[in-house]
Amino acid sequence: MSRTSTESPRSAPSAGRRPLSNRIPDSTFSLSSVVLLSAACLAIIYPLYFILIASVSDPAAVAGGRVWLRPEGLTFDGYARIMSDPAIWQGFGNSVLYTAVGTAISVAIIVAGGYALSRKDLPARRTITFLLVITLFFDGGMIPRYLVVQELGLLNTMWAVVLPGAVGVWNLIIAKSFFQVTMPDELREAAQLDGASDFRFFFTVAVPLAKSLIVLMTMIHMVANWNAFFDALIYLNDASKYPLQLVLRNILIQSDISSTGAMSGDLASYAETARVAELVKYGMIVFSTFPILAAVPFLQKHFTKGAMLGAVKN
Amino acid sequence: MAGPIDLDRRVPPAAVALPGGGQGDPVVSRPRPGPRPRQRLRRVLRAWQLYVLLLPALLHFAIFKFWPMYGVQIAFRNFNPVDGFLGSPWVGTAHLERFFSSFQFEMLIQNTLQLAVVNLAVMFPVPIILALLVNQLTYGRFRQFAQTVLYAPAFISTVIVVGMIYVLLSPRSGLVNHLITLGGGAPIFFMAEPEWFRPIYVGSSVWQEAGFSMIIYLAALAGIDPALHEAARIDGASALQRIRHIDLPGIAPVISILFILAVGNLLNIGFEKALLLQTPLNASESQIIQTYVYQAGLQEAQFSYSTAIGLFNSVLNLALLLTFNWVAKRFKQATLI
Repeated sequence: MSRTSTESPRSAPSAGRRPLSNRIPDSTFSLSSVVLLSAACLAIIYPLYFILIASVSDPAAVAGGRVWLRPEGLTFDGYARIMSDPAIWQGFGNSVLYTAVGTAISVAIIVAGGYALSRKDLPARRTITFLLVITLFFDGGMIPRYLVVQELGLLNTMWAVVLPGAVGVWNLIIAKSFFQVTMPDELREAAQLDGASDFRFFFTVAVPLAKSLIVLMTMIHMVANWNAFFDALIYLNDASKYPLQLVLRNILIQSDISSTGAMSGDLASYAETARVAELVKYGMIVFSTFPILAAVPFLQKHFTKGAMLGAVKN
Repeated sequence: MAGPIDLDRRVPPAAVALPGGGQGDPVVSRPRPGPRPRQRLRRVLRAWQLYVLLLPALLHFAIFKFWPMYGVQIAFRNFNPVDGFLGSPWVGTAHLERFFSSFQFEMLIQNTLQLAVVNLAVMFPVPIILALLVNQLTYGRFRQFAQTVLYAPAFISTVIVVGMIYVLLSPRSGLVNHLITLGGGAPIFFMAEPEWFRPIYVGSSVWQEAGFSMIIYLAALAGIDPALHEAARIDGASALQRIRHIDLPGIAPVISILFILAVGNLLNIGFEKALLLQTPLNASESQIIQTYVYQAGLQEAQFSYSTAIGLFNSVLNLALLLTFNWVAKRFKQATLI
């Protein structure tokens, strides 16, 4: 946008001029945005806060509606149960593994592929880009993809969770435009004159200069892999391979209490299990959400930067 | 994938933050008179290292995107695992016809369209409004705080958000029903009542995603020349007038692109959440095309039939996307292709 506006008092909307008394004063308006946004923030914070205090409150008090602003009848039974549940720890371990492997694969493919696509001297570049973009508009669908995964013998393995969603077209395009903008052709030409091959230039010049792209891609994929559940749901049958999100689904949504600890036969322990089950639900939400929320200010910085990266025109 | 941060099915906002940015990309390529074959071959050979770098990505797309696309033909065959995609007997449009005449067809179409339209009608304007509101704030602590808080739920997984819904809306112990009984009402069993499915779905989308989608518009608003606002203020324009005549026109290209994308993805939106929110009791509203594909295809192993339904969904989607892109072109707005 050009910065010539000081000379254009006429461009202001004179048609919209009304007597001053009819207008809402600016201060009132900005005050009302503060009020509205505060309400929105409260609507986001309070449910999370309630879950936090309910996770350490007596379940009877929660069920009776006596928990509002602070915990009632402090108890850590829910967390004790969570910490002693092998299924949850196994899910946690699986998630760590899938997230680490999946993120490494995605980032490597995207950075290498994005770099190659950014090179104007790559033969058939337009055709390849066109083919990739097609996949944005048409998708084979869930069932054919499932059959392909089956055909490859990946069902019920970690690779079925990690590979099918590894590369998104948009991320590839972001990587491509990143290299186009940050890596001037002259730099590469100079390196080529000195005898550097494409590999050598990529690994010793391009990758070290793409640190911010790599950080951004790592964050995007870590969050996405950690939160993913659907591929695990359709491709895995073996409960010992479930990632945390699938374990959470069974506990929180299917209310499968039997998976959270052994159920012995007598009634008293059944009642106890049911009591703790509610605590476990609140506790699980806290356990799996608050670490990520604590990292949000940090993540936000990089994701906002990502929005800027994507915004760079080629 | 989960939440609004989704690698595959939806578009990361980062990629479309640019006013008119989609235009610059060489999406549609026209064959140019290329060099002669031998020269061409030499160029390709010289670039072999680049192809090696690109190979993993190409393999990924070939295997997990194009092979399934090729497999879509089982929608017109009776798939059996022994004969595979190509060998299974051809049955033409039998599966599609069966779907069109099935008793669920009308319900599925209605549920899918209603959910998609209600979701779009709410989820599209809310982030714009939030961005305009945040943009009114002066840079400072509160603005930073509000932005972070609004943004944060995007990082929570879909499973957890739905888990929170189950816990907070529980008829006996849930927070919401406590509030209702406190106000003198009778507790509602939200997850068992079909008419509550859509409000819960859309409401939780707003809670989780609106702040994240807002960021794009904020970035676009930050690109508007502040001198315009100053000049308008000197001329006596109120805050609302400046929003109407400066902010909104300033972000119109972004709105237009995102609207095309949103309409194009209309039928793809958030099926995982619908699946998680589905209970046998609310299925009459929560069963949408994609959850039905999942049920018929993977739980009942009707591979061909469910592929046909999925194909119908994809084609409908594509038609919507192309139509809206064309409409936007006619109105000389920024377009996707």
